Amino acid sequence: MDFVPHTRKDIEGMLKEVGVNSLDDLFRDIPDNIKIKGGLKIPASLDEKSVSDLVGGLSKKNVNSKQYVSFLGGGCYNHFIPSAVAHLVYRSEFYTAYTPYQPEMSQGILQAIFEFQTYMARLTGMDLANASMYCGASALAEAMMMAKNHTNRKKIVISKAVNPEYRQVVQTYATANELEVVEIKVGNDLATDFSEAVDDKTACVIVQYPNFFGTIEDLEKISALAHSKGAVAIASVQEMYSLGMLRPPGELGMDIAACEAQSFGNPISFGGPHLGVIACKTDLMRRIPGRLVGKTTDSEGKEGYILTLQAREQHIRREKASSNICSNEALCALAATIHLSMLGKSGLQKASEICAKNATYAKKRFEGLKLHLLNQNIYNEFCVEIPNADKVFEKLVEKKFIPGIKLWKYYPEMKNGLLISFTEMNTKKEMDEFFSALEGSL
Amino acid sequence: MTNIPKDLLYTKEHEWIRVEGDVGVVGITDYAQHALTDIVFVELPAQGKKIDQSKGLTVVESVKSVSDVYAPVAGEVVEANSSLKANPELVNHDPYGKGWIAKLKISSKDQLKTLMGPEQYEKYLQEQKH
Amino acid sequence: MKTIFENGGEGRAAVQFSDDQYPTEAPKIEDRFRRKNLKIPEVSEIEVVRHYTTLSKRNYGVDLGFYPLGSCTMKYNPKVNEDMAKLEGFTNIHPMQPEELSQGALQMLFELQEMMKEITGFDAFSLQPAAGAHGELVGVMMIKAYFQKHDKKRKKILIPDSAHGTNPASVTLCGLETQEVKSDGNGNVDLNDLRQKMNDETAGLMLTNPNTLGLFDQNIIEICKIVHEKGGLVYCDGANLNAMVGVTKPRDAGFDIMHVNFHKTFSTPHGCGGPGAGGVGVVGKLASFLPKPMVNQTNGMYHLDYNIPDSIGKVKSYYGNFGVLVKAYTYIRALGPDGLKRVGQNAVLNANYMRVKLMKHFDLPYKRICQHEFVISDRNMPNGVTTMDLAKRLLDYGYHSPTIYFPLIVHGAIMIEPTETETRETMDSFIETMLKILQEAQTTPELVKGAPHTLPVKRLDGVKAAREPVLTAR
Repeated sequence: MDFVPHTRKDIEGMLKEVGVNSLDDLFRDIPDNIKIKGGLKIPASLDEKSVSDLVGGLSKKNVNSKQYVSFLGGGCYNHFIPSAVAHLVYRSEFYTAYTPYQPEMSQGILQAIFEFQTYMARLTGMDLANASMYCGASALAEAMMMAKNHTNRKKIVISKAVNPEYRQVVQTYATANELEVVEIKVGNDLATDFSEAVDDKTACVIVQYPNFFGTIEDLEKISALAHSKGAVAIASVQEMYSLGMLRPPGELGMDIAACEAQSFGNPISFGGPHLGVIACKTDLMRRIPGRLVGKTTDSEGKEGYILTLQAREQHIRREKASSNICSNEALCALAATIHLSMLGKSGLQKASEICAKNATYAKKRFEGLKLHLLNQNIYNEFCVEIPNADKVFEKLVEKKFIPGIKLWKYYPEMKNGLLISFTEMNTKKEMDEFFSALEGSL
Repeated sequence: MTNIPKDLLYTKEHEWIRVEGDVGVVGITDYAQHALTDIVFVELPAQGKKIDQSKGLTVVESVKSVSDVYAPVAGEVVEANSSLKANPELVNHDPYGKGWIAKLKISSKDQLKTLMGPEQYEKYLQEQKH
Repeated sequence: MKTIFENGGEGRAAVQFSDDQYPTEAPKIEDRFRRKNLKIPEVSEIEVVRHYTTLSKRNYGVDLGFYPLGSCTMKYNPKVNEDMAKLEGFTNIHPMQPEELSQGALQMLFELQEMMKEITGFDAFSLQPAAGAHGELVGVMMIKAYFQKHDKKRKKILIPDSAHGTNPASVTLCGLETQEVKSDGNGNVDLNDLRQKMNDETAGLMLTNPNTLGLFDQNIIEICKIVHEKGGLVYCDGANLNAMVGVTKPRDAGFDIMHVNFHKTFSTPHGCGGPGAGGVGVVGKLASFLPKPMVNQTNGMYHLDYNIPDSIGKVKSYYGNFGVLVKAYTYIRALGPDGLKRVGQNAVLNANYMRVKLMKHFDLPYKRICQHEFVISDRNMPNGVTTMDLAKRLLDYGYHSPTIYFPLIVHGAIMIEPTETETRETMDSFIETMLKILQEAQTTPELVKGAPHTLPVKRLDGVKAAREPVLTAR
């Protein structure tokens, strides 16, 4: 199967117009010795039915969250997505369009992204937000670059309670730019203690909110500390539902919120595509990477939307650009915008509260089983110690429960620690089933 | 026709400087503002910033481009034109007047000798066209 | 049109959650951590659906019509790809679930890595980058890491003057320096300039091939040789892979690294600018520098492999833009070797067909057989009508405009890429429209200069948007 509409006759007619004899003649600039002889060695073509069967078969070799009860989170959260989201996102005027470089013909997505920026700014308590980044981790790395450029400093102070996946990405970008990364250990209640760590060489202080272990970090204190040394305070928010309930980073003095907004309308999808976004205060506006949609007027004074402040971007600034990002995650941002509109104020508040209620209930049940909780001041996830956790984990998987993330894989000192996460997809009934299964597996 | 005032000195990067005692007032030339088109933002250099000759003093941003403004001579920034914050278009409308960008305390007046006078700059612009 | 924030009314809600399925005890979160206000609209489902449906009607995609946006490869996006990516067994799997429970996903990634190795000719292929520019960044990071290990003084990367803006930006982001290489009169890299600039401080050359003029560099083998002889690496910006897929493998021309834009060549849609997916292929000596993780296979079990000794590290959370890669995998499996070859051949046929027809009326600066796209200039346009005017007038006739004012080396550039999926009739109508606009430019230039006339808004004031940025709804 292919999607070339031409018949042999069409091709012959067009070749004649071009003035060549064969399709091969069109490739005369390519030296013969590097042309493919005998075809690519990949599997033969398939018709639509066969390819659906094949790919469908692969999908069935995975266990999906409807087949198992899962308490996996840690930066990627399974939330309820209303049907309307997919129906609207999959309007092909949206998904088969390119970046809105012709604004008059792209008012639809431009306005939707403007709405997205508004949602993100409001939720994070910041002045503005960009049109999206690849993922929360690269957004965090680019936020670090903003801070580096803003302060002209090269020391990055980051909490060890930032998602290990994210810390690795930050390290990659830092290495390429010859920045020094200092990781700060957690203390009481698995919260980060930055005191002593920040000095006048520090470009930024990076903390996750709530942190990877689930603890709600004291951003007010952290931002004050950063500012006292002239450093930029960056919060990484990975469970955006938390902001339905928790005070936003912008209100707590943070300068940048580098977020992962997958929770809004985007399925977990084995880790991508997800939805990075950077929100910040006005004084950092010209340092923000990626696209920005702005409101303006047309030649007759009518309101409209357009990509703006593009001089920051790679296609104009070239080697002086603040980032090289070009494609972003626009369709994921559209999904998030529609999802948030569907939830509305009460829906977000309610769902946000349910996540926290579920976690509250689970904490109690763990304690009822005499298991040790490693942190208390949490939102929707927390850490628990289970003796012989590896074995218990296997037993639970056999019973079709995925109990959480094995912390010792990232923090060797947390032998037997599990990070357990809750959303509104987890009902009390399935939690009760889980706890009886757990009791039987200890 | 490009406006090139007689009382200023010029750089090859199209900055101008007006010497007022120890201080040099710096901006971009009429030619530069025209080439950049509508200026939408001027980053104001921080007061006290020390800078070497021909190093990046600040940047101006138009819809189409972002360009560096280089220091015509070495010096220390004593003042930046804060009215550009709200009205960057002053650089377009009045590049040698209200559109000045920064005042530098000149470190070495000798460096002024390396700059072009108005006639020389005009000739330079002519050459650039070819 | 009103924003969603101006819709609805207090107390309205589209989504409800019934309490009886959840526990009741309230969470104990200190008051100082609790949010005091939440400014989110309160709208009903019908309001949401109508609002975004209306917005969709103010947008334009390939499904509506011709989209000859040069360098962006706006081909038809097969619907089956979307259906595959929407399967529950792909969308509802968590990246941290045990590998035994994700064997289908890992197998798909592994097979895609293998197929991409064959399609591009490289020895190893990573699927980690989230987009083309991200792939470029990864590529340059690898070049840097490679020379950090082998020859630290190499810090300069040569880039032709016709390059995409992402190229120099990627280089600077890695703390390396760029140096421009000229193009010659035929649109190839100027070999003398390259020879002169290539020295023992040069890490390598970043080259888009076919280049942004749509031309396959006639000296490609010599170019790679010059760079290699001086100890450098050659990077291929694979944005234009569509022209050569199934016809030649970039590795065979001498390239050492290449990024691929899956959303272009392999038809995962652009989605208004993303999500895309990028891949990076490398020759053997660079494989140990690839980002983490790769997907490997041992005894029939697929697993994530983090054991990559010189790896630049992780560049994105988890394992690339998986959902996008499902679409690319589906596409490649559907087309197979013959289908992919037809892609390359017909993309080039279509571009040349349009080139030959348009060059009779428009100025074509580089008069050669082109690959998947070609660039005309604004030189023949009368009465001060500009490329921008032409582009806006095309919108009135229901077409998306070509890429304009790029590459920078062509005055008033108009870059046209029809792709292989367009019919001859579609291209003929577009050509007729181009000629019609040219005629309008003669007879009624004001009509063209004032375009567009038929869209929800007229030309928008970009200066105002940048001078007084309004980035959120009040």
